[in-house]
Amino acid sequence: MTALALTVSDSLTITRRNLIKVKRVPDLIVFATLSPIMFVLLFRYVFGSAIPVPGGLSYAEFLLPGIFAQTVVFGSTITGASLAEDLQKGLIDRFRSLPMARSAVLIGRTLSDLCLNVLTIAVMMITGLLVGWRIHTSIGEAILGVLLLLSFAYAMSWVMAFVGLLVRTPEVVQNASFIVIFPITFIANTFVPIDNFPAVLKTFAEWNPVSAVVQGARTLFGNVVPGAPEPNGWALQNPVLYVFIWVAIFLAVFVPLAVRTYQRTASR
Amino acid sequence: MSQVGLSVQAMSEAIVVDGLMKRFGENTALDGVSFSVAEGEVLGLLGPNGAGKTTVVRILTTLLLADAGRAEVLGLDVVREADQVRGSIGLTGQYAAVDEYLTGFENLEMVGRLYHLPKAEARARAGELLDRFDLTDAANRPAKGYSGGMRRRLDIAASLIARPRVLFLDEPTTGLDPRSRLAMWEFIADLADGGTTILLTTQYLEEADRLADRMVVIDRGTVIARGTADELKAQVGGQRLELTVRSAESLPAMVELLRPLALDEPQADEQTRRLSLPVSGGAEVLAEALKRLDGHVREIVDVGLRRPDLDDVFLTLTGHAAEEAAPTDQPADEAVAAGSTR
Repeated sequence: MTALALTVSDSLTITRRNLIKVKRVPDLIVFATLSPIMFVLLFRYVFGSAIPVPGGLSYAEFLLPGIFAQTVVFGSTITGASLAEDLQKGLIDRFRSLPMARSAVLIGRTLSDLCLNVLTIAVMMITGLLVGWRIHTSIGEAILGVLLLLSFAYAMSWVMAFVGLLVRTPEVVQNASFIVIFPITFIANTFVPIDNFPAVLKTFAEWNPVSAVVQGARTLFGNVVPGAPEPNGWALQNPVLYVFIWVAIFLAVFVPLAVRTYQRTASR
Repeated sequence: MSQVGLSVQAMSEAIVVDGLMKRFGENTALDGVSFSVAEGEVLGLLGPNGAGKTTVVRILTTLLLADAGRAEVLGLDVVREADQVRGSIGLTGQYAAVDEYLTGFENLEMVGRLYHLPKAEARARAGELLDRFDLTDAANRPAKGYSGGMRRRLDIAASLIARPRVLFLDEPTTGLDPRSRLAMWEFIADLADGGTTILLTTQYLEEADRLADRMVVIDRGTVIARGTADELKAQVGGQRLELTVRSAESLPAMVELLRPLALDEPQADEQTRRLSLPVSGGAEVLAEALKRLDGHVREIVDVGLRRPDLDDVFLTLTGHAAEEAAPTDQPADEAVAAGSTR
């Protein structure tokens, strides 16, 4: 087998191993999907009545793409926490002593977390449809919308993989990353329109890649009012392209960084 | 010249370690460790906690880079030819590294696949090893429910799946109950009989005495002794006169009375109320000792001559006992030394 074929086969072995855990510990999947459902319901019914959306769009239509983005960004911490757990339990030591591809543990981990994201997005879409969210565009655009969310989630997984290998304690990975993840998901157009933000926050929100993910998803699912004024800034005017630029940057930086850290990492 | 000599030697040696150095910050974990292990041999790497045993194993199994020195496994350099080394070794670490969400069978199959065995062979080997390590009944249960001994057996089975020529066992019985320990010893002895080269680290001297052909004793990052168990015992000296007394208070007086007979400083332990001194000669020394203790005979519970065991070797060589519990009389030292393997 060539090196590439070995890398693929080793990565799939690891993916399979991670998915077996998901199957054996159903709580994981239940909580991974329950919390987005909870967010949908809380925002839709608690904040929804108080948040006016420009152009008379229903809040459910406005909210759901935001929840999709928030959930996949939060979900990326699972990648880091799981790797830190493997490190703690000595499994990374075992893997590193095997003649397997150096990148396989990380590729396998990010791939299984991608599978998890596909499932969570599906659950959220169904919940969204039940509370009044609709797709108004073609199948092709809707699929591109899902791909946009998944691509950003996958790139975030690699960032968190690097963090997990550095931090090495699952709980710390979760808590530390939320210090960054909360602001980047909330200082954005995720839950409220950004027009009335204070100037500094507004500029941040306009260039925040999470805003672009949300804006891109809204456009691709048709959750925008026809004829509404264009958002400010190049990033939000070209959200899909802007997101893919971030995806490319994240992968180009964090894949090599994470793989190198993995090679040098020892559990104790 | 010496280069040629080394590489010729490397052909018949399964493991060659030459001048390994490793520092972790302020702590020197390894300070020039050298030894070799012949093919098919079982080498016991002995030393107290923090002596550097695990660091040696981690360097040899490609998990850690040494600061200086050289290490080869089956003639392959552990740094430059790391991947080939990984293909021919098995490692069982101090903490059983099994995936607790996978069943025993799934664990072994996964490791087999990662050694690049064909699927059918990985599955066949998994079944074979589960059988050999008495895990067949638990094969389809997640490892989460396994006992410590079962996990350890599964861990060793995983390291054997690709029939490695060289096996590293890092404290394979630490934390096991006596029965599991005995069973583990039998498994290891079987492997050795099968011709596998084994590097075994342990702090249990009985374990090394029983399993290892040869031993290397390290303390604070340097080799302080090497040889077979008999050679090491001979190094400590012939006989030991030991006596146990009724009350610890009489020990100092007895030490003074017996000191002229001792080859080295007598060792008195107040807790066990025992006195031990290296002597030469046989029954006549015993008779002489009893004559000297004439006035104290009623205080003696037990007296006799015995050959030194590895514990004596350890005590003599390192100035402290091997097992975890013993070095409590030097807590500061132990903490510093233990920090060095981190």
